[in-house]
Amino acid sequence: MADYLLSFMTFFPLLGMLVVLFIPRENGALLKSTALVVTLITFVLSLPLAFDDVFTVSGGMHYREFYEWINIGNYFQMNYNIGVDGISLWLVMLTTFIMPIAVLSTWNAVDKNIKGFMALLLLLETGMLGAFISLDLFLFYIFWELMLIPMYFLIGIWGGKNRIYAAVKFFIYTAVGSLLMLVAIIFVYYYAIQSGAPMNGFGIQEFYRLAIPSGAQYWLFLAFGFSFAIKVPMFPLHTWLPDAHTEAPTAGSVILAAVLLKMGTYGYVRFAMPLFPEALQTFIPMLATLSVIGIIYGSLVAMMQEDVKKLVAYSSVAHLGFVMLGIFAMNMQGMAGGMLQMINHGVSTGALFLIVGFIYERRHTRLISEFGGLAHKMPIFATVFLIITFSSIGLPGTNGFVGEFLALMGAFESGLRWYAVVATSGVIFAAVYMLWMYQRVMFGKITNPANENLSDLSAREIVIMLPLILFVFWIGVYPNTFFEKMNPAMEQLLNQMESRQVAVVEQVEQPVMAKYLDIK
Amino acid sequence: MYNNLWLIPFFPLVGSIINGLLGKKIKNEKVIGSIGTLAIFASFLVACQNFFGLLGSEQKVFQETVASWMTIGNLQVDWGFLLDPLSAVMIMVVTGVGSLIHLYSIGYMHGEVGFYRFFSYLNLFCFSMLMLVLGNNALVMFIGWEGVGLCSYLLIGYYFEKKSAGDAAKKAFVVNRIGDFGFLCGLLTLFWALGSKGVWTLNFVEISENAHLLQSGGLLVTVVTLCFFLGATGKSAQIPLYTWLPDAMEGPTPVSALIHAATMVTAGVYMIGRMNILFAMSPTTMMVVAIVGAATAIFAASIGFAQNDIKRVLAYSTVSQLGYMFLAMGVGAFTAGIFHLMTHAFFKACLFLGSGSVIHGMHHGYHHAHLHDDPQDMRNMGGLAKKMPITYWTFLLSTIAIAGVPLFSAFFSKDEILWWAFGSTRGHWGLWLVGVIAAGMTAFYMFRCVSMTFWGPQKTDPKAKDHIPESPLTITIPLIILAFLAVVGGYVGVPAILGGANHIHHFFEPVFGHAQELYRIEAHGAHATEYALMAISVLVAFAGIGIAIYMYLKKPELPGKFTAAFSGLHRAVFNKWYIDELYDFLFVNPTKKIGTFLWRGFDVCVVDGVVNGTAWVVKGLSAGLRFTQSGFLHNYAAAMVVGVVVIVGYYVFG
Repeated sequence: MADYLLSFMTFFPLLGMLVVLFIPRENGALLKSTALVVTLITFVLSLPLAFDDVFTVSGGMHYREFYEWINIGNYFQMNYNIGVDGISLWLVMLTTFIMPIAVLSTWNAVDKNIKGFMALLLLLETGMLGAFISLDLFLFYIFWELMLIPMYFLIGIWGGKNRIYAAVKFFIYTAVGSLLMLVAIIFVYYYAIQSGAPMNGFGIQEFYRLAIPSGAQYWLFLAFGFSFAIKVPMFPLHTWLPDAHTEAPTAGSVILAAVLLKMGTYGYVRFAMPLFPEALQTFIPMLATLSVIGIIYGSLVAMMQEDVKKLVAYSSVAHLGFVMLGIFAMNMQGMAGGMLQMINHGVSTGALFLIVGFIYERRHTRLISEFGGLAHKMPIFATVFLIITFSSIGLPGTNGFVGEFLALMGAFESGLRWYAVVATSGVIFAAVYMLWMYQRVMFGKITNPANENLSDLSAREIVIMLPLILFVFWIGVYPNTFFEKMNPAMEQLLNQMESRQVAVVEQVEQPVMAKYLDIK
Repeated sequence: MYNNLWLIPFFPLVGSIINGLLGKKIKNEKVIGSIGTLAIFASFLVACQNFFGLLGSEQKVFQETVASWMTIGNLQVDWGFLLDPLSAVMIMVVTGVGSLIHLYSIGYMHGEVGFYRFFSYLNLFCFSMLMLVLGNNALVMFIGWEGVGLCSYLLIGYYFEKKSAGDAAKKAFVVNRIGDFGFLCGLLTLFWALGSKGVWTLNFVEISENAHLLQSGGLLVTVVTLCFFLGATGKSAQIPLYTWLPDAMEGPTPVSALIHAATMVTAGVYMIGRMNILFAMSPTTMMVVAIVGAATAIFAASIGFAQNDIKRVLAYSTVSQLGYMFLAMGVGAFTAGIFHLMTHAFFKACLFLGSGSVIHGMHHGYHHAHLHDDPQDMRNMGGLAKKMPITYWTFLLSTIAIAGVPLFSAFFSKDEILWWAFGSTRGHWGLWLVGVIAAGMTAFYMFRCVSMTFWGPQKTDPKAKDHIPESPLTITIPLIILAFLAVVGGYVGVPAILGGANHIHHFFEPVFGHAQELYRIEAHGAHATEYALMAISVLVAFAGIGIAIYMYLKKPELPGKFTAAFSGLHRAVFNKWYIDELYDFLFVNPTKKIGTFLWRGFDVCVVDGVVNGTAWVVKGLSAGLRFTQSGFLHNYAAAMVVGVVVIVGYYVFG
């Protein structure tokens, strides 16, 4: 079982999707229950990973599975090559953890074409898990594209008023990035073959060892980096996000925020940075600048939003800025902060989208001005919302603080000192936009008669929120649970990038490249 | 020693959780109040045990590690606690005054809708404050540091249906966050600065031991301490970040007493005390601290002159007294600063709780008469001494104490500060002068407050004036205990020239002695000078008291004449020198404008303009190209003919 655990976990939702397809479309309750059970089982299947101590000992890939898939001699070979290490571990866990919550959030919210919705959700889960465990660049690309399609339909069919615009925008933005990445993948693959380097399909570990001349690295890094930057999203490529989030159904927003955005940051950590370390060094000042701009810009724009969901969407831009800044620090604290902040953002922002969903289901509006004084009618909701708000602000003792603090500390210790100082001012703005929103929605007297009869959270809604709140405090108080499994993998990654940089500098330019690029 | 420091913050945390989760079901106010009060009282007992244990112990620094918090690369942070004379005094003040205020709240908050919520928050505050003072590293301190900010937010916004309360809560948190930005920057810089010397630590003991690795008086240590001081100005309401504290009076009065007088706002002073060696290493920062402290002391006192809301008078008084403490820290009188922090906790808590008792009585009267007058406006009071004797006497004793009348507590602490301001190697006569003037002003506005509230004719509406009762025992007992402490609290620090042993000075020796010795911070001067200065400050205090009594009791028409004669000045003072308006103009409104511009201007027009523009161009092009693929046979035939003509023409004529 353990030999096939990863595959089984990854494709179990797909199996579930097939089951869903055979359930009559009228039976909504059964469809939802089936999806819930499937995602819950997937979560249980993934649990052994979280408790496996092998990650605390070794930073390498575990639970490896390898099969040859397509082999056309020297021209093209790709393998089913998967595995998980301390870096992808928690993203896998986040995915399997957030999916049952996302399904539960649809209980009353989705009532048209439930069958399609559930089938797409399950397909999406397989895509996301597959992307995190792929160790073959081409396999990764397949899963990457596989995620895009269900999300496009989730927004386009079950979205709000402006859903078509949002869905198309989401698709085109992402597709442009993907195509650039595809070109880069193919280029780097044929470069490797031509240079006679020992390759194993598109296996990334072989790519890691490849010495690519700096001129080519720049272009390749730009292609990968651009694609991932759209997904993150980094300023100024972020404008698809507010639209996609606002229009997407709650479950879609939750998954988009919790997992899909992490594909971008994960892509940097796993692919763009270790593959092209020399180019990375050149681009770090620019990328760090964009990250810091994202933090400040996202916060300032979030502050003035009139729609709660848009506000949360823009706050994502700011939070992901911290992630990126931490990663680009290229040291243990920064990397750990960035990685943890990915999880944190999944938990906190996912929770915020659920919260927005709760009030949207009750009032069918998300305009801040429509609310006010909700704390009177919904005390439990007020408490939950408050906890998540402060987690998003990064209050010490909650998850948000640990991630932000370490990211800032890492940046400060690296050459990004001044970036860190500017980024730190983001903590002020976070308090401004979140508390101002909270005050306008929850405090004051009830002025809008439509809010007079609001009901407090139902048992189902409380059940949805409790696990998220648990992790808010768990990560805040004892993050070592997560760090101890992350540390070896991060250490290995950082060492490898460092040694690669040295190696690349010593490398003599290879003549093969001259055929492809105009390099002196 | 005992290994139970963690229990001190633990009890209130448990109390907070119990009341927070179950309070709504418990409903019974007595049970809820008892849980909250007993939780903090249990901490008080443990604190006593540790405090007296420390008094009798040779070793003066104890550390206790509960668990590891985060371990990443060269960063190792523990859930660890530190007991030394400084934190010992702080936990005594927090749990002692805290217990009294919890007890008081049972009576004061009687009948409030969110009674359980109040006690849950109050316990949570005590937890945070105790984490702040007990943390053995800067990050655990920061948990408490932001935690008290959170509780302050929750408690100021307790009456959340009032817009002013919501605004004040948000303002308090955001302004505090500006300070926290400084704290974080200082912390990061310090970690990196010491780390580059080979010591990666955030532990206070290790920081103190290795501080010498940094260059004394160097830029780095100045930057670090200035950053931390920015944090202190936020938390402790100093210029330029003091504006949140007066607004914070929107919270229930026990909150003002506990958080916004006795404990949380002194966190900045405590923090400088905790890092005294770093501050001692930077004369520049010390000078900034002293100047900001002195300026705040006199500036806030001036605003206190013209306020009519009894709690606002006390709020500005708190800002002013905190300025004194910073003045003390800035001139190197660390012991005196903490000493004043302690006496201030007693008399100011007593004053706030006394004002709460007055408001409680006034409210009762108005309620009885079905009136909606402002129960906090001193212009509606007067002559309450007879109605509320216990409240009156405790309030009066505390007022005498704050005014600096000899033999009362603040006389000793304030005089110690003023002496150091004058005679310290880091002092200056100018700082002393400002301090003395502010002391006179303090005496004046506090006796103005007593005159308007308790003396003279009763100005309350006749329908209500006979229905103002003395408060119940849960309120008066804490008042009596605090008033007692306000009177005698100073005797732990009677200076040598008055024949005292200055116990507190020796007690703090292990904490502050090292820095003071190493960087030659001491107060020296002739005994004659010290006596003279003492005489001057006593004279100034009595002058302030005398003028206040003359103006507000003997010649009640005088204040009106004054305000008429200096109406412009009065209006400026009354409106708090328009600082809030200035900040709105300089910071708040521009930030909003920038936010709107970035959103509507940049995001929607520029970025999406490019994105949608690209889409439009593609759409336009394809619309053009579509004509070539119309599907009509004759169009293709026509195109073919044109093509043939062109090609043939090319060869024929080309």
